[in-house]
Amino acid sequence: MPNTKRRRLFEIAATTVAVTLGATALAACGSEDDGDAQSGPVSLTYWTWTPGMDKVVDLWNKGPGKKEQITVTVKKQASGDTLVTKILTAHKAGKAPDLVQAEYQALPTLVSNDALADISGEVGDAKGKFAEGVWQQTTLGTDAVYAVPQDIGPMMFYYREDLFKKYDLTVPMTWDEFAETARKLKKASPDTDLTTFSANDSGLFAGLAQQAGAKWWTTEGDKWKVGIDDAATQKVAKFWGDLVEEGAIDNQPMYTPAWNKALNTGKQIAWVSAVWAPGTLSTAAPDTKGKWAMAPLPQWSGSENVTGSWGGSSTAVTTDSGNKEAAAKFAAWLNTDGEALNALAKESGIYPASTSAQLSGAFTTPPDYFSNQADFYTQAAEIANTTAPSAWGPNVNVAYTSFKDAFGAAAKNKSDFTAALKTMQDDTVADMKKQGFEVAE
Amino acid sequence: MSSLAVRKAAPAAGTTPGTAQGPPLRRRIALVPTITLLLGALYCLLPVAWVVIASTKSGSELFSTFTFLPGTGFAENLSDLSAYRDGVYWQWMGNSALYAVLGALLSTVVSSFSGYALATYRFRGREAIFNVLLAGVLMPPVILAIPQYLLLAKVDLTDSYLSVLLPQILSPYGVYLARIYAAAAVPSDVVEAGRMDGASEWRIFTRIALPMMIPGLVTVFLFQFVAIWNNFLLPYIMLSDDEKFPITLGLHTLLEQGANTPALYTLVITGAFLAVFPLVALFLVVQRFWSLDLLSGAVKS
Repeated sequence: MPNTKRRRLFEIAATTVAVTLGATALAACGSEDDGDAQSGPVSLTYWTWTPGMDKVVDLWNKGPGKKEQITVTVKKQASGDTLVTKILTAHKAGKAPDLVQAEYQALPTLVSNDALADISGEVGDAKGKFAEGVWQQTTLGTDAVYAVPQDIGPMMFYYREDLFKKYDLTVPMTWDEFAETARKLKKASPDTDLTTFSANDSGLFAGLAQQAGAKWWTTEGDKWKVGIDDAATQKVAKFWGDLVEEGAIDNQPMYTPAWNKALNTGKQIAWVSAVWAPGTLSTAAPDTKGKWAMAPLPQWSGSENVTGSWGGSSTAVTTDSGNKEAAAKFAAWLNTDGEALNALAKESGIYPASTSAQLSGAFTTPPDYFSNQADFYTQAAEIANTTAPSAWGPNVNVAYTSFKDAFGAAAKNKSDFTAALKTMQDDTVADMKKQGFEVAE
Repeated sequence: MSSLAVRKAAPAAGTTPGTAQGPPLRRRIALVPTITLLLGALYCLLPVAWVVIASTKSGSELFSTFTFLPGTGFAENLSDLSAYRDGVYWQWMGNSALYAVLGALLSTVVSSFSGYALATYRFRGREAIFNVLLAGVLMPPVILAIPQYLLLAKVDLTDSYLSVLLPQILSPYGVYLARIYAAAAVPSDVVEAGRMDGASEWRIFTRIALPMMIPGLVTVFLFQFVAIWNNFLLPYIMLSDDEKFPITLGLHTLLEQGANTPALYTLVITGAFLAVFPLVALFLVVQRFWSLDLLSGAVKS
């Protein structure tokens, strides 16, 4: 089964390359030989966008790397979809770096283009160090392992503690209570909003759908199945669409100067976000430091306890690497070694995927912005543990772009969100067919 | 339409100063174009003013104070920017300068050679070459970046200074401009006279034609300089080592640091502000050569 799947993925890769490159002859797709002769010193290049990564890699080069004669060089990149394109372009020329940082939702795209090496033999033991839902994202449901998880973004609910008290609001435990809270606030203070529905970061909506149990991409035999327009996602879309339509929450996009101002001046008093929110809040709303608190994400039913994830990335080894074994060794060290994870937290401010690191070192005290909430990271680790599994496909970027366009317009016009969801589903399926994937209807 | 009517009315008003309608008519004439130009200027300058003012704001002032109220953090922004990763910003600035100066210079040299040759020599296939060049002018350089990357990868030149310089040396637009300019500014009589006096072709080109082409070549240099300075996709695809990045790419990495790291807005804005200076300085210096252009035109006629 995994064997046929691998071959299938390779066929898909070949089609995609042929489609995108026209007549370019795809001679040898990287070196397929397994004889990674490990003799003498090895030097590896690593594309990453994480700030401060060069300092963390220095620890490797001076410590375990020196012993094993494996030197890693960081080449800092800009994050985002464009980096995936850059990696694939380099891979077409056989020049991808040995190691790349990749967001979880980008892994299927990279794997279907045969850009990532299966490192299950080298890093399979690391499985126990991560939550199951996190590890599953690096295997794509196969026996292979395509990356080692680095950081995760479990979603949470952030709110202004002082203003919740002022307006006599309680922290919502369910989404129904969330809607009630929004309405109550509107009544108490008409020019204040609980939060906004923003369509400019698709990751947020994907995370919310994931929490509701949506599985956007699944495989059925040799075919892909796209479930963007499934019942769970429809529920989420309708929920937010109704709130926007009745004016209970704002419909302006986030990450704009106006949004920053609204947070900073208490015109918006809550934000559905992820574990990395303190960093964003400290630049967006510097004047409200110490006035926020974090709580678990509201649930769809009182008995549930799940969250979605928004963001997070992994370290992968490319098929172009001539030293896959050495590269995998480094990837495992970077994301499981205590010293490395401590340095990553300190230098780069990431929230580690490794469960043991979530409560040690830098995470024993709350982030500076949340100094009022002493158990911030204890709670965060508990929430991270409830992360629902995710199901990414080979054209997440297309679905995300479609989301931004369709939902952006729907939020602006306060029109039907479920119609926008249908558009997103149709765009995604059409693109997969165009790329040569077989899609089950 | 209205501007045509205005143009026709202008000399009429000028030639008959005695008529009573003259002055008010003239005032109304000047109003429409002036307002249009003022609006255009406002449209162009407002974003610049925003960058200038925003670069003086500290991180906490950036989004909280009134947009066009200057802040207090310029010195701090500047030192933060210089301190970021041991001053890698200035490295980017230096790289941009290297790519732009060297690239534009070499491109101008190549354009002057080929433009002059296409304008003065008659040879088989001349028009064909020129037509291919014209097609190149219409082709946006953006779509060539990936094929160029794949080609340079074959000769192991990616991720090097050369990989960014080489593709930008041949500029179809530069060659086109140089040919048009050479055809207009270098009279064939002068070239003939040079030949009669026994000068070699090289000597005719360097001593006679080149000085006449200078104003046109300055334009080519400027265009190419600005194009390379602002280029994003080519270096983005070619380079992976951020010590070789030009400023456009460097600032992009400051913005896109991953979801869990806030974008370094103040640094990017200050960096963008500083990156404008070389271009402004260049235009101020080169303006002199453009006035020379007008002079040489007058002498010729």
